[in-house]
Amino acid sequence: MILNELFEQELKAINVGLVSFKEALDDAEFKCVQVDWSPPAGGDEDVLAALKALGI
Amino acid sequence: MAVKGIKKTGEYFDSVTLMLVARSLTEMEGVDDAAVVMGTEENKQILAASGMLLDEFKDTSDTDLLIVGKAADEAKTDEVILKAEELLIESKQKKVSAGEHQPKSIEGAIEQIPDANMVIISVAGRYAGDVAMEALEKGLHVMLFSDNVSIEREKELKEYGREKDLLVMGPDCGTAIINGAPLCFANVVKRGNIGIVAASGTGLQEISCIIGNEGAGISQAIGTGGRDVKEEIGGIMFIEGIKALEADAATEVIVLVSKPPAPEVLEKVAAAIKDIKKPVVAILIGGDPEVMDRAGARAAGDLERAGLIAVALSRGESPEGIAAKLDARRKEIEKQAAEEASQMKEGQKYLRGLFSGGTLCDETQLMFKEEIGAVYSPAPIDPDFKLDDIWKSKENTVVDLGEDEFTVGRPHPMIDFLLRKKRIVEEAKDPETAVILLDVVLGYGSNMEPGQELAPAIKEAKEIAEKDGRHIAIVCSITGTYKDPQNRKKVEKELKAAGAIVMVTNAAASLLTVEIIKIRSQGGKK
Repeated sequence: MILNELFEQELKAINVGLVSFKEALDDAEFKCVQVDWSPPAGGDEDVLAALKALGI
Repeated sequence: MAVKGIKKTGEYFDSVTLMLVARSLTEMEGVDDAAVVMGTEENKQILAASGMLLDEFKDTSDTDLLIVGKAADEAKTDEVILKAEELLIESKQKKVSAGEHQPKSIEGAIEQIPDANMVIISVAGRYAGDVAMEALEKGLHVMLFSDNVSIEREKELKEYGREKDLLVMGPDCGTAIINGAPLCFANVVKRGNIGIVAASGTGLQEISCIIGNEGAGISQAIGTGGRDVKEEIGGIMFIEGIKALEADAATEVIVLVSKPPAPEVLEKVAAAIKDIKKPVVAILIGGDPEVMDRAGARAAGDLERAGLIAVALSRGESPEGIAAKLDARRKEIEKQAAEEASQMKEGQKYLRGLFSGGTLCDETQLMFKEEIGAVYSPAPIDPDFKLDDIWKSKENTVVDLGEDEFTVGRPHPMIDFLLRKKRIVEEAKDPETAVILLDVVLGYGSNMEPGQELAPAIKEAKEIAEKDGRHIAIVCSITGTYKDPQNRKKVEKELKAAGAIVMVTNAAASLLTVEIIKIRSQGGKK
């Protein structure tokens, strides 16, 4: 079962959103990379829907 | 009164950062109100409601940052804007000073850590589903903290996750401990042989802390989000979690925590645990324990019992002595309650429970229902006891201040104590209040100084009552460990110094409250 392979590995995380969650992992000495995320298409739902429709 | 603000296009900050900045601004002298928000429709509605939606803000998007201040004159509002910009620069510098380059996407992050295995997502709900699906497609497990993800999307993510053998914890999953790593709002508990699957965030936190404080440890604590056990999702991740713990060599005892699952989900869970060789402890808060019993699990009546049973089993000991131990403690609690109740004035007879943890609030409601009767709440277990006005208590009342209606435009009450502090003082003014019951949840993500935050409000409440010749019992439980960043011992000391009674668990705090109210509702005589 692949799911259980996770339990054999060292947890390494990517954090998309609240920075405090990365800080917690830093503090507990786990590797975590913060993504500098912002809403796609500038948050414009019409543009976003168009991009999705194009598979981008 | 002057209201002035600015719009900054293309500057994005997360909601907690912004709310904490806004909070600092409102604490400035002479400032009436202030907001620092992204220009989403919801935020604009909040601004409009508080008279701070300027004309230039009406046509903004999710990536426009809006800063606005309300004060006596324009000089002050200018000061607010300047201060906001300073604080935002500070928060950005804090991020950059970590010396790490921040990728703009999951793909970019994978280039930095090619062996990443978990993506934690806490962006706004309408974007979170897409980010989660992208992570799953890249073969990564997901911790989805965000709420406001549709149930259809949740099902799609979880079905895909199950197919690919990937965890999808959430949406609305506040806590998990995977491979010893605290994810989101988690406590520091050493590693051990007890595995948890939970569809209840504070339930998971309370049990893992009880386990940690008893000296035992956690192998994995898997959160699923509360909706996982509803009919629409069918317990997909709850069951996958059970299977994973069954197969995990480090897990010797399995604990299941949830509000009552949908009947068909409960049957599925029962079927999943029927043939498991490892001992299973189940706490379905408010649910019928019989199905779990029949499936061979040990059903516990409250979170504390579940934690203690799991610890005993993890040590190969019999849990039979736990009931006697808790009965003996109950006698002590009854004595303490009698002493507290004897100091109260005529007419003081009601509980006012102000919670930050939903499951803890439910646990208290249940204990009251069993011992005394139903209590009023915005989310009552007995529908006849729905509170008409969530801002005003009635007779025995408990509120979970983490519910959506209380958190619009402000951080969760585990982070921001402002609302709770105000309500503590309000409840103390009511001559019928006998007990104010509070939960204090420690751990990563929560407020770093809960003792110092609450102490002034507790003192003020006590003083208000004393001036009126009343004695109010302020009963606090702490969900936390001695290794949490806030340090349980320190918080306990601060709360006690302020005049609170600190109990070891929410179950113990609720029991003390039940016993006090029992005496007071009979006119103070036992």
